[in-house]
Amino acid sequence: MTTARAAAIVLTKELRMEFRARELLSTTVVFALVIVVLFSFAFDPTAGESRRYGPGLLWIAFLFAGSLMLNPSFAREQANQTLDALRMAPVSPFAILLGKMLANFIFMAVSEAILVPVFAVLYNISIGGIVGRLALVLALGTVGLVVAGTVFSAIAAHARMRELLLPLLLLPILAPLLIAAVEATASLFAEQPALDRAWLAFLAGFDIVFLTASWLLCDFLLEE
Amino acid sequence: MSSLSTPAPSRSGTTSASAIPSASLGISFDGVEKRFGSLLALRGVSLEILPGEFVALLGPNGAGKTTLLRIAALLVTPTKGSIAFRGLSRVLDGPTRRQTEIVYGDPKPSIGMVAHNTLLYDELTAAENLSFFAQLYDLDDISRRVARALESCGLASRAGSIVRTFSRGMRQRLAIARALLHDPRLLLLDEPAAGLDRQGLAWLGETLARLRDSGTTVVMSTHARNESLDLATRAVSLAGGRIESDSGSGGDPRPLLAALRSEA
Repeated sequence: MTTARAAAIVLTKELRMEFRARELLSTTVVFALVIVVLFSFAFDPTAGESRRYGPGLLWIAFLFAGSLMLNPSFAREQANQTLDALRMAPVSPFAILLGKMLANFIFMAVSEAILVPVFAVLYNISIGGIVGRLALVLALGTVGLVVAGTVFSAIAAHARMRELLLPLLLLPILAPLLIAAVEATASLFAEQPALDRAWLAFLAGFDIVFLTASWLLCDFLLEE
Repeated sequence: MSSLSTPAPSRSGTTSASAIPSASLGISFDGVEKRFGSLLALRGVSLEILPGEFVALLGPNGAGKTTLLRIAALLVTPTKGSIAFRGLSRVLDGPTRRQTEIVYGDPKPSIGMVAHNTLLYDELTAAENLSFFAQLYDLDDISRRVARALESCGLASRAGSIVRTFSRGMRQRLAIARALLHDPRLLLLDEPAAGLDRQGLAWLGETLARLRDSGTTVVMSTHARNESLDLATRAVSLAGGRIESDSGSGGDPRPLLAALRSEA
């Protein structure tokens, strides 16, 4: 079986489980909204301040929400040791990772699609003319977030303090991605919106490096 | 070890006599040691299980039975020693496994396992669980195969029910059906009778008898007496991570099984 087909089977299972339980997505969206709303109340930013600090707040909300959402990705495979059943199946370990990464990307994308318009209203930022370019930045940043997050979720799944361990492992690793994503978003929120290709290239490079590393290390990641 | 040439696993049917694989898979452990931190779970276990044998793996809790089964299922890599599968050309050497794998003849599609946990998703229905694993094993005619598996384990009427709503015994029956879905040639059972009621035990016994008669290799661990043990053609007793006694291939397992009965 090809890796793509096996990943699609795992993805379908992940989506079915999530859209039946609706636990992960609703929790993530509410958590991210709370962060954005609380920051808005705490700072009551002007239009200039929103353009300056808004991208950072937006990406911090994504990162915190992501670390919350990504933790159960492998942790819930521990409940009935279903990860063992996945590992025993004649499919590439990377297919298992990839299926989960794709599912996590969809969950994050849905969360962002809800969060960004709310953020634009609360922080008085017009996103009408930059939707396509903003989507590109969000997509590249989110790929990096879910690839690294899914990998570290697999690592943390065997640990006793996994809920605490994942953010501790993940957030420092994502610091370069945060900087690049914030800078790329800030250039779009400027009075003269522009796509910063250098930061975009950095985000794409981050994604490629982590995706390649996860492919090379997938055997070890899923081992006990 | 010599490797036997065997055909590809059967891809049709579920647990009917005609669908059970004609070839079976043997496994040998050569000086296998497994360490978990400071705990030495297995201490140089050497054991050859021939294709078609039904081995009862006996011993108290902590004897190393589960670790041995997990190594056979390729879920755990030995710290020292090696395992080899007879019927497929592959030798897996402890920590250097990746260097010594022979790329053809993957034993994974031929191994089935019933573990302590059910290996089932509580949030999915019984049919969805079986369909998911059938797809991962790239089986054909999945809907018919799943229907037959559910019929076989007596859960056809609950096919659309979420597994979370099942009793322990129902989950265990579904777990066994899941392990048999791809017609494994080597079946590893870790306390399979756990949670089964009288009816479930009878179904397990019938299923294992059919598998034994068809030549499927079965390795079943238990620390307590159950009816399915009477099917064993060989008994191996573990204690403290070592083989304490072994009735041997072609030997009489009854004295060891009787000892277990008297302990119970």
